[in-house]
Amino acid sequence: MTTGAHDTGTPHIGGPDIGAIGPARTAQRTGARVGDRMTAGRALPLVPAIGLLLIFLAGPIVWAFAGSLTDRALSGPRAANPQFIGFDNFARLFADPVLPLSIGVTVAFVVGSAIIGQNILGLALAVLFRSGSRAVAGTVGVVVVTAWVLPEIVAAFVSYAFLSADGTLNHLLGAVGIAGPNWLYAFPVVAIILANTWRGTAFSMMIYRAALDDVPLEVVESSMLDGAGGWQRLRLITLPMIRPTIFTNLMLTTLQTLSVFTLIWVMTRGGPGNQSSTLPVLAYTEAFQFGDIGYGNAIAVVMLALGAVFSIAYVLSLRAQGSQGGRA
Amino acid sequence: MSTLSLASPTRGTTRLWANLALVVIGVIFLLPLAWVLFAAFDGAAGYQVAWPTEPTLDNFAAVLTPELTLLPLLNSLLLSAGAASVTVIAAILAAYPLSRYRSRFNAPLLYSILFASCLPITAIMVPVYSLFVQLRLINQPWAVALFLAASSLPMALWMTKNFMDSVPISLEEAAWVDGASAMTALARVVVPLMRPALSVVFVFVFLQAWGNFFVPFVLLYSPEWQPAAVSIYSFFGQYGTVAYGRLAAYSLVYSVPVLALYLLVTRGLGGTFALTGAVKG
Repeated sequence: MTTGAHDTGTPHIGGPDIGAIGPARTAQRTGARVGDRMTAGRALPLVPAIGLLLIFLAGPIVWAFAGSLTDRALSGPRAANPQFIGFDNFARLFADPVLPLSIGVTVAFVVGSAIIGQNILGLALAVLFRSGSRAVAGTVGVVVVTAWVLPEIVAAFVSYAFLSADGTLNHLLGAVGIAGPNWLYAFPVVAIILANTWRGTAFSMMIYRAALDDVPLEVVESSMLDGAGGWQRLRLITLPMIRPTIFTNLMLTTLQTLSVFTLIWVMTRGGPGNQSSTLPVLAYTEAFQFGDIGYGNAIAVVMLALGAVFSIAYVLSLRAQGSQGGRA
Repeated sequence: MSTLSLASPTRGTTRLWANLALVVIGVIFLLPLAWVLFAAFDGAAGYQVAWPTEPTLDNFAAVLTPELTLLPLLNSLLLSAGAASVTVIAAILAAYPLSRYRSRFNAPLLYSILFASCLPITAIMVPVYSLFVQLRLINQPWAVALFLAASSLPMALWMTKNFMDSVPISLEEAAWVDGASAMTALARVVVPLMRPALSVVFVFVFLQAWGNFFVPFVLLYSPEWQPAAVSIYSFFGQYGTVAYGRLAAYSLVYSVPVLALYLLVTRGLGGTFALTGAVKG
């Protein structure tokens, strides 16, 4: 297998390079000299980037807050002349039985697919890669990464086919005498958790593979001399050493999973009923299927608040790692 | 590699069990992928994985029509390339002052950008739709490209800034001595040195835009502007429950550029990672 080149580099694509932030700051600090001060003229090239971010990211966030206080509709008179209704949308939202249901589905989806599925399976794969032979590890790595590189909508079709009533899973179950249910209708949350685990594990796998490669060999060797077995080594030595990586990865996979829309929309459309409506699906349904833009905005505000909590935790964890300086 | 020095008597059995576990996980991950590959070449495909008994290219012939795939793929190409170009240019310009000049605003700005890059973009699609309606940008492909550019910009700016930090400042100082302005030094010295790194950023943004379904699904409604992600979804809605083989063929046509670009970046542009490695070392 010519998978050697695959071992390097891949963690850098599609996700932030967790390790680069601390060292980059140090490089900047050592490179800075007197006369390097930022001036208004020197800051001018920042304008296009900041303009884009203000208009297209900060703008909609402000708009979400403002829009959530109106009764704006998708069409009709309330589309052109929405009225200010204060916190009515939020009062309605917090009284709506669909909100606890949707939050419950979202939590189940995040815990099931990101925290348990992707992280544990990704860590297991990264650990197995170190014990398994190179050819097997390389081939399995390529297969897992392919599921992640595919466009989300294709991954959704593939999962739909795999889990549908006459799909591959039920054919396999049928071969051993089990009549499988229609997963997408009978167990929609299980179906989307399985699909998102399948699609997203590669990210955690690559992050953990890079982290394990950074664990100094001497530490592992000395623990072997002390008679520690494989499981003890992992639990007592390796996992504590990569704990910061585990935390940042948990935050990142949680954030990515919170924003999953396409996978769920194609597989179940949030149904049946609202049984698999995570918050993004619920916001879309309320705004564009029921035409209540104001209500959709209120759900968006709830999601932004939720996302902000995890983003802050993630940024703080990176700062903490950066200020620790080099591991040596 | 280095793990070989860990050889011990139990190493052989450990390796055997690890390989066995890896093969089982690998097969489970491969099964859903095998469906799209086999069904695309199968004239009588269903939803289960089955080796095509009579391999055929009919599915591809059926979907490769101008209105079904070719125009949407062209739209995808224009949207993604447009978004990636805007992002890369904005990221280069913004990364330069952040990388080269000291200011007490740099760290807060960079951390706000990192914070923004983490926020769930799907959360803001309802307000983005309202904003686009208000600004009369709805159904405008260039505005959608700008939005895609903005949504990838935080991450692209992070990557570009980290890459730029690793370009030695001494090379620019030589240019400054010759009387070049900062922007000339950026264009003549820094950007050429960063070409592999910048292509990684470009491909990264391109792939994000190419694979994005939700943004064009909400913001573009005219069929003539819709990218392949939306067009394939309409196909799924109309024929997905009957024309399994064609859906698989379309999925494959739409995915091949992604897989090719990913391979190109991870294998072909390996030099970039040496560049990041230099900073870390």
